[in-house]
Amino acid sequence: MSVLPMKHMIICAKRQDRKAILELLQRLEAVEIISHDIDDTDEVFSRMDVSQSAQLFVKNAAQADKALEILAAAAPEKGSVLSAFAGRTPVTQETYEAKAQKRDVMMKYVNEILRLDKELTEAKADIPRITTQIEALTPWSSLDYPLSFAGTKKTAAFIGTFPEKLSEADIAETLAANAPDVDALDINIITAEDNFTSVLISCLKSDKNAIDDALRRMNFQRPPVSDLVPVAQIEAYEKEREAAVKRIDSTTAEIASYADKRDDIRFISDYFNMRAAKYDVLGRLEQSKRVFVVEGYVPAEYAPVLERELGSKFELALEFLDPEDSEDVPVLLKNNGFAAPVEGVVESYSMPGKGELDPTTPVACFYYILFGMMLSDFAYGALMSISTFVLIKKLKNMEPSMRKTLTMFCYCGIGTMLSGLLFGSYFGDAPTVIASTFFGRTLEIPKLIDPLNEPMKMLVLCFAIGIIHLFAGLFINLFTALKDRRYVDAISDSVLWMLLVGGLILFGLTTDMVTGMFSLNKISATAGSVGKVMAIIGAIGIILMDGRESKNWFKRTLKGLYGLYNVTGYLSDLLSYSRLLALGLATSVISSVFNQMGSMVAGTPVVGVIFFILIFLVGHMLNLAINALGAYVHANRLQYVEFFGKFYSGGGRKFTPFASNTKYIKIKN
Amino acid sequence: MGIALALLGAASAALFAGIGSAIGVGRAGQAAAGLVTEDPTQFSRALILQLLPGTQGIYGLLIAFIALSNIGLLGGNADMSMDVGKGLMYLFACLPMAFVGLVSAMQQSKASVASIGLVAKRPDQFGKSMIFPAMVETYAILALLVSILAINGIH
Repeated sequence: MSVLPMKHMIICAKRQDRKAILELLQRLEAVEIISHDIDDTDEVFSRMDVSQSAQLFVKNAAQADKALEILAAAAPEKGSVLSAFAGRTPVTQETYEAKAQKRDVMMKYVNEILRLDKELTEAKADIPRITTQIEALTPWSSLDYPLSFAGTKKTAAFIGTFPEKLSEADIAETLAANAPDVDALDINIITAEDNFTSVLISCLKSDKNAIDDALRRMNFQRPPVSDLVPVAQIEAYEKEREAAVKRIDSTTAEIASYADKRDDIRFISDYFNMRAAKYDVLGRLEQSKRVFVVEGYVPAEYAPVLERELGSKFELALEFLDPEDSEDVPVLLKNNGFAAPVEGVVESYSMPGKGELDPTTPVACFYYILFGMMLSDFAYGALMSISTFVLIKKLKNMEPSMRKTLTMFCYCGIGTMLSGLLFGSYFGDAPTVIASTFFGRTLEIPKLIDPLNEPMKMLVLCFAIGIIHLFAGLFINLFTALKDRRYVDAISDSVLWMLLVGGLILFGLTTDMVTGMFSLNKISATAGSVGKVMAIIGAIGIILMDGRESKNWFKRTLKGLYGLYNVTGYLSDLLSYSRLLALGLATSVISSVFNQMGSMVAGTPVVGVIFFILIFLVGHMLNLAINALGAYVHANRLQYVEFFGKFYSGGGRKFTPFASNTKYIKIKN
Repeated sequence: MGIALALLGAASAALFAGIGSAIGVGRAGQAAAGLVTEDPTQFSRALILQLLPGTQGIYGLLIAFIALSNIGLLGGNADMSMDVGKGLMYLFACLPMAFVGLVSAMQQSKASVASIGLVAKRPDQFGKSMIFPAMVETYAILALLVSILAINGIH
């Protein structure tokens, strides 16, 4: 029900026990380790440099993770949707230690997978390289000589390409111009395309240099050299490409053959991560020649367990101190089954700061109701509650935070069911639509309020909930101030505002404007005048007290007047609760749109029913998803902005114990 | 003529609020896709933040639906001889949702984009990041409220 009290723990133990003690602490997950600065001149205590081993562990763990990724690509794991909720696999201490013995074998798997992956990458890179080579040779495929052919005894041959489309005559003409002394020439065009022409030119050996020169001036380019006839070379490349494809397949298959080692690799990843975490703490310990010191925060209720576990196994000195005011003590919340699920909501705002109460229980009381009002459909609520309940019951190893979230939605589902009953909404107006479309009957669903046809009545309900919510916030503020004996704060920050806002509401209920607008009955005039007096007392009090930290009376009154202006904030806070109406209506109207769409196609026999069911299923799933999201976001907003604005500022630091930080396995205690 | 004006009102609520949400969700979606490229585990958070500017479209649909059913166009017994005054009343009643829906969705998407940036750097601050876009939504809700009350007030 509250913020757990913390103890400052100091352990002083023998140096040889340090790893065993740290392993025990890591398994118990009950201590947040703190370290102080020690300067280099300290003659007794020093720190150990463990960065090298820690780095090695981190590297091993990263390699194992990489191997898992490779494995997942080569042999995708068949995972159900549920596996996302399943949580880590529990392992006993004995199994863990037995498996840890085999870590070298497991690391061998990892290295083998990494090596195979490297091969795979190389084979994959080969394919585009070979393909480019084949493409470069294709224009030469009709040539009967290898591309390295340089001529016969008496003749010289030039094989290459011009970067434009040329005919034999063009080439002959240009060559004649560039090398006027040469007259014996044989020009063979192999291929001529739009932007290149590949040719074989032969000449007498004595003219070789002149032709070479002339060709260079014509941007003549030599092809890639190969000693085989182009067709044979292409065939050789194709074989090479086939081999690469085969190698890719076989390497992938070989990687996939490690699929049954997946659990081992997961284990080794976790194993090295745990050791890295342990070494990180080891490096922060203050150690002397024979002893070492661990300091940390422990929730007071875990202290006896720690004392027993440590005291029975090791020779050590253990002390639990009450933390001093100046210490930055971490916060751990503990709540009963009803409130604990919304701890996540409080946590994502901020943990309670120093001296603040844990707001989880009041938040929980309102959260389920506010969420329910916004989703407001019996069937949606039932779907949510049942599915989350089944998940929670079915998956025993679920992580506590996931379990809390799902439990929260389970309870929110109950709130949704209640408000669905209140507004007579079961998949929107599905019962009425089905009764009239398929059975030709009119069905009236009993309901207390019809938000669509009586929006003002619904709005009054929303505002009433809002007023209760806001006053609950003010009361908590009052309670906290009284608990801390800040009586002046209690009166000026809570009581005066309650008087002012409460008085204004009472007074408002006697005016024609308000009662007429909401079609409410006027309350008695005496209550109205009581309200007026309350409001006036509140207003004067706020003007006098709100600037109480200023000594100067003029300044103080000005600040007080400005404080009084905050009453408009209460108006906007209150109006903000109209979102309960808006989101509630959104759910019911969209579901009736889908029901109506379904009923329009339901006329044709058999096919109509099928279409009705299809539209019904898809439409309502969509509506549930979108509106559950809206309800979640806006329930949070009402808590964070309107409710917390009255009493809660947070700023605490979450308790993060020295733990295993594993991803796949969890060691059972 | 009156019925045409009333229909214009209903249609513009769905039209403008829908346009606003489409722009908003699209813009936030680009940022969300960027975040997921860097960190695929943030998908569900990015999705929630992307969907926040989408509600205006739903509110527009809501108003259009209520207006259509009040005019009788949904039940098939529309008052085809509705006078111009009444038609204009429906049109004006739908305007808050139409305009506030359009602008608030676009503005909300800017807050959503910024919040997605926040989650990219500080994934642990998701709870707070959700609130900034939700603040903008308040005004769409107030417009929705006015439109509902106004449509229901027309007899």
